[in-house]
Amino acid sequence: MTASAPVALEPPPRTRVQRLGPSLIAWCEGQLPTALAVAVTLVLFGGFVATAGHNPLAVYAEMYRGAFGTWFSFQNSLLRAAPLMLTGLCTALPARLGLMIIGGEGALVVGGLAAAAAAAALRGAGPTLVIPAMMLSSMLAGGLWIGAAGALRALRGVNETIGSLLLSYIGIAVFNHLVEGPFRDPASLNKASTPPIGEANMLGNLPGIDVHVGLAFGVTGCLLCYALMDHTVFGFSARIVGGNPRAARLSGLGVPRLIIITCAIAGAAAGLAGMVEVAAIHGTANASLMAGYGYAGILVAFLARHNALAILPVALVLGGISASGGLLQRTFGLPDAAVNVLQGIAFVALLASETFRGQLRLSRSTR
Amino acid sequence: MDQAASTIGLWGIPLAVLGGALRVSAPFLFVSLGECITEKSGRVNLGLEGTLVMGAMSGYGVSYLTGSPWLGVLGAASVGALFGALHGYLCGRPRVNDIAVGIALMLFGVGLAFYLGKPLIQPTAPRLPALGLGDFSDVPQVRSALQVNALFLLGILLAPALRWTLRNTSWGLILRTVGESAEAARAMGYDVNRVRLWATLAGGALAGIGGSFLSLFYPGSYNEGLSSGQGLMAVALVIFARWDPVRCLYASLLFGGATALGPALQSVGITSGYYLFNAAPYALTLFIMVLSSSTQRSSTDQPAELVVAR
Repeated sequence: MTASAPVALEPPPRTRVQRLGPSLIAWCEGQLPTALAVAVTLVLFGGFVATAGHNPLAVYAEMYRGAFGTWFSFQNSLLRAAPLMLTGLCTALPARLGLMIIGGEGALVVGGLAAAAAAAALRGAGPTLVIPAMMLSSMLAGGLWIGAAGALRALRGVNETIGSLLLSYIGIAVFNHLVEGPFRDPASLNKASTPPIGEANMLGNLPGIDVHVGLAFGVTGCLLCYALMDHTVFGFSARIVGGNPRAARLSGLGVPRLIIITCAIAGAAAGLAGMVEVAAIHGTANASLMAGYGYAGILVAFLARHNALAILPVALVLGGISASGGLLQRTFGLPDAAVNVLQGIAFVALLASETFRGQLRLSRSTR
Repeated sequence: MDQAASTIGLWGIPLAVLGGALRVSAPFLFVSLGECITEKSGRVNLGLEGTLVMGAMSGYGVSYLTGSPWLGVLGAASVGALFGALHGYLCGRPRVNDIAVGIALMLFGVGLAFYLGKPLIQPTAPRLPALGLGDFSDVPQVRSALQVNALFLLGILLAPALRWTLRNTSWGLILRTVGESAEAARAMGYDVNRVRLWATLAGGALAGIGGSFLSLFYPGSYNEGLSSGQGLMAVALVIFARWDPVRCLYASLLFGGATALGPALQSVGITSGYYLFNAAPYALTLFIMVLSSSTQRSSTDQPAELVVAR
């Protein structure tokens, strides 16, 4: 472009399709680093199983079969996706404010404990009372836990990553103390557990499908959080804080309040995941709650780029990958940790791909 | 354990805590010293848990294959250095977040170790020899409590050596400059990313050694429940120790002692409440962070470039 180029020719009015084109291309360009990361992951993990003497394509095909290939395996994936959606929110929501919360595991555990405690306190009451009480108390406990990490950050400047990790460990210790001690069901001999919440209070299945109601909690939670963060003034303010905290303060936004509320909602989501695990899977709170859903939620949030709506498909895919672990073991004799290796590679590749963000172009005309 | 109570009575508790602290604190010590080096350069490696488990697995594997536990330690250090280098390299790229990469490498390292370690759960590999510091005593409890290992003594010597290096050598000065102000270091002509790469690599190597201690000395075998989060706690430990290697040593002994308190109390019949003791170090760390943090200023001890400090 030189100085003598003709100036300001009025562009012809664009049709709707033409107006859509550039934004579509820009959207695709935004997804390019993620696509690259997925491709690199598939190649790396393919090489990994190839060195173990397996055909990567056969492994991937079997993984698909184990995750989504049959109605049964699809339902299994949905079962695992439900808590991942909620723990994913625990990291994704604060991330919109520029905070990295990694204490989802602790919030899940205290949430599960609170649910079991609520059921024990309301012994004899009907499920119409007990189930809402379990939901509320688990969300309250998880919300308090991560909300505390947010409050320490907002009011005292304590780093929220380390703070939430420490609180998570403290939560797990309190859980162990209560489950092994004062709150232990004397009938649980081999594995210390709280008293069972009772068959009547267990979460039932969704109509027409062999998946419990917890999935609906997860989906509803993601939809609500998407609406909150992307379509309300609250969410807009939160995103300003994430983009430029100084500007947010100068424009009079109550930054501490935004941080504490968002963290509390995030923790409530993880706490609800604990309730789902207790009330739909285990029927009691015990060490099985610590299955790593909290840590996997961090991966879910990052893969979804902290978008609550994108968490839905990401949680399903990751739930599917973990559900396929058993089939890989039976078919190929691959250790069940193979799916963890795949998830680890995917996470590392995804973060590394951030370095290409804004550097990849589909066509030269877009910017 | 009834016998312990009968011969030395309640003295068994402090003795068991001391012995436990000596054995359990070594992995804490190595990961915290490693993390300390990394954080002094202004970067956080949250992935040391993965490095630790990889170190435990590879150390055990090498020891099993070669018959030499010391080669196992070396192998663990190499694997740890490799993980550290990967972290250091990735975080040197623009727009890559060091804390997130750490979490990713933690998941990857633990997964990979579990995958590759499956055949190592059964066989017995040669372990590191024990040094009996308590051999002067006739009481078997004293003897078993004071069994330490050369690697641990090495770690104890490493802590003051590291403090001295950081304070008095040009390497230490460069490392601290990079950690305090990347701009100043750049202006002096140092490649900030390269210094941090080396610092993370060294930190990873030490964490790998810490892992090999788990599998080759105490508990002394390989299984998937080997690490109880020592690697994850490294970051908190270093904050607790206010970024000083010698205080890392004290903090490791404290964390190790707190971990050993539960089993020690259990051996004299006190079975309840000890999970809360396990949480004590974490609560204490959080308390210290609350006291020393401020929204206005950051503490003078911590490297100014550290994300955790902001």
